[in-house]
Amino acid sequence: MATMVRLLRQTDQIVEDSYERKNEAELQRQREYLASVKIQANFRGSQVRSYFTHLNNCATVIQKSWRGYVGRQSFRVIVKNSVLIMKLNHFNAMATQVQKIWRGYYVRKYVYNYYSQKRYLEALIVKNAIVRSELEDYTEQQENLRRRQKEHEERKTNEFLARKNHHLISTEVIPGIYNSPFNPYPSEQEFLLRSVPPLKHEKTKKIGNTYDPTCRSYECPKPKQLPPIAVKPQGPFRDPTEVQKQRYKGFQPTLRVATSFTSLEEARQILKAEEWVTRLNDDIFQPFKRRDRKYEPLLHTTSKFGHLPFGTKYYREEFLDKHITPKPFKTLVPPIPVFDKLNDTYSQGQV
Amino acid sequence: MSQRQVLQVFEQYQKARTQFVQTVAELASRPQNIETLQNAGVMSLLRPLLLDIVPTIQQTAALALGRLANYNDDLAEAVVKGDILPQLVYSLAEQNRFYKKAAAFVLRAVAKHSPQLAQSVVDSGALDALVICLEEFDPGVKEAAAWALGYIARHNAELAQAVVDAGAVPLLVLCIQEPELSLKRIAASALSDICKHSPELAQTVVDAGAIAHLAQMILNPDAKLKRQVFSALSQISKHSVDLAEMVVEAEIFPAVLTCLKDPDEYVKKNVATLIREIAKHTPELAQLIVNAGGVAAVVDYVGESKGNVRLPGIMMLGYVAAHSENLARAVIVSKGVTQLAIALSEEPEDHIQAAAAWALGQIGRHTPEHAKAVAHANVLPKLLQCYLRADASEDLQTKSKKALKNILQKCVHLPALEPLLHDAPPNILKHVVGQFSKVLPHDSKARKLFVTSGGLKKVQEIKAEPGSALAEYVNTINNCYPEEIVKYYSPGYSESLLDRVDQYQPH
Repeated sequence: MATMVRLLRQTDQIVEDSYERKNEAELQRQREYLASVKIQANFRGSQVRSYFTHLNNCATVIQKSWRGYVGRQSFRVIVKNSVLIMKLNHFNAMATQVQKIWRGYYVRKYVYNYYSQKRYLEALIVKNAIVRSELEDYTEQQENLRRRQKEHEERKTNEFLARKNHHLISTEVIPGIYNSPFNPYPSEQEFLLRSVPPLKHEKTKKIGNTYDPTCRSYECPKPKQLPPIAVKPQGPFRDPTEVQKQRYKGFQPTLRVATSFTSLEEARQILKAEEWVTRLNDDIFQPFKRRDRKYEPLLHTTSKFGHLPFGTKYYREEFLDKHITPKPFKTLVPPIPVFDKLNDTYSQGQV
Repeated sequence: MSQRQVLQVFEQYQKARTQFVQTVAELASRPQNIETLQNAGVMSLLRPLLLDIVPTIQQTAALALGRLANYNDDLAEAVVKGDILPQLVYSLAEQNRFYKKAAAFVLRAVAKHSPQLAQSVVDSGALDALVICLEEFDPGVKEAAAWALGYIARHNAELAQAVVDAGAVPLLVLCIQEPELSLKRIAASALSDICKHSPELAQTVVDAGAIAHLAQMILNPDAKLKRQVFSALSQISKHSVDLAEMVVEAEIFPAVLTCLKDPDEYVKKNVATLIREIAKHTPELAQLIVNAGGVAAVVDYVGESKGNVRLPGIMMLGYVAAHSENLARAVIVSKGVTQLAIALSEEPEDHIQAAAAWALGQIGRHTPEHAKAVAHANVLPKLLQCYLRADASEDLQTKSKKALKNILQKCVHLPALEPLLHDAPPNILKHVVGQFSKVLPHDSKARKLFVTSGGLKKVQEIKAEPGSALAEYVNTINNCYPEEIVKYYSPGYSESLLDRVDQYQPH
């Protein structure tokens, strides 16, 4: 109770205090309110700002990764395209190279080759020069030949004329017309006259009134019968002794004529007789077919173990116990057709 | 009357006949007597003498007839009309070789004039008798028969076919192989006459093996034989490629070229003809000839010979050049162009000039290089001259125009073209200006030269119809130059300048 009393005693104080406090509070309230508003405003502002910053950061991350993704995609496309273009360019360049080489080769081979043409034309010029010089030589040679022939003919006619006019030659006493005494020496013709013999005037034989078998003339009368065949034999003849020898040589019959018709039979007879005389054994040889004796095998091919199979049954050694399989070996490759025909046909090695 | 007196009458008569016939034969050998003889009725008098009992008289009568018939076709016709041919043909088989010769001479003399007369000889059955004469031993008879056959075959293909059908060709080929030169000549000439008509006839001659024998005689020293041999070979090879190849295969080639230097003109001409006939067929054959040095030989030959002898050589160069540009270049390299230019300017005759112009056109038409080579030989003014000459034949005009056109269309060598600007007629000028219009836009040096040489001025003076090709070319040329220069050179510019001076008002 004491407490109560104490309190009651202090009630005024307390009321006073509370009033005081209330007034104080009342006084401070506006300020506090503004302060708290400020604090709240700041807090909320910072809170919202940080939230926006967070949102921004998030958006940036999204945009970043999206843009990166899209960028990489488009980059890939660009790279692909550019690689394609690069390749195309490269291939085109290579194709150009190939085409260039091929076209060059083709044109040079089939259409036109400047260098071979040039070489050909140079060779042609050389060939032309050769042909020209050869022709020149040939004409010169021909010309010489003709000139010589002409000179020869001229000389001959001159000589003939000189022989014909040989009477114009000067004698010991009288000088000829070509040997004028007023000239210091005789003319050329005089020397020519001296060098040739005079022409002889042979008397031509008058052809008699005989009939010419080659009908050279029809003036002559035709004979009643044909002209006799030329009596005197013509031509190169063999040596008379040789002819004589041949004429009188003895008769030399041919072998066929000389032998008798039955000579074969006679010769057989003689052979038989001779054999009969000189025979040692009287057993007449019988041919194999008619023999009725038993067949006696050869010693060489028989033994007490029977026939030797080697060489008759098989021709090379076989080791059957070492075979893996009883089946014969088969190759996988197809047989060579030539070997199938081996020993069947005769071939000289051609396949 | 004694027997002797009776016989004397006959003897006198025979002597008189002989004398008459011999005199007529003698007289007939001179052309001035023939008309008199004809008027005197020699034909009707000679005809019974052909049937005379004395062989000499028969023979001489035949000779006289032959000489008469040889003179002109009227007399030959008279021989045909007089029914003399059957008698001759009949006796051709019966009589001796002298008579055969004379009879073959008459047949030849009749057949030589015209195809109709030759046909009448064929109709009288002479061919078989003549072919039989070819088998005679005597070369003179063979010669006469071959000659007659050749004259018959010469006219046309039907007659030649008739001769071939009578089996003459193998025998003629045999005749070529005989040792007698005259027989060889005539047989070769007959073969040439047979094969000139058609490829089939030539093929029959080739099938008889003629080429090898003909080719053997190329180097024979006898000029007349060579003429005929080359004529026959060229007649064979002219028809087709196969025949030409067969001739070439006889290895005639380097040997033939030596004959281009022969002293005989006809040999030269025939050789050149042979080469031409071979070269004209294919580029391969032409190439073969070029490779054998044939072009050089032909060029020399063209330079050495004159007149008609030149003609086949000129044509051969043209044919070779026509085949391909390589061959044309070979002709240029062998100095063919200069020789052709010389021939073009030297030769007075139109047809040779025409051939030379044609050959030059063939050489120049391939590439600008060729055209330049031709233009360098100063050919273009000559060709123009040939074209413009008043007395030039039509053929020469067309040939030279064609050649000019061919060369101009390829020629880009402007200095050679410039002279043509001044004196070419419009139809040639068109091509000249066309070439300028093609070159000038791309060549500055040439543009400058064109102005300084007065070409531009000349071009401005050309009156071209608007819309024509020539106007277009002129326009193209004008477009390559500044306007002032074009104006400066156009005609009437000075007057217009003076007008401007008149109109000018000084301030």
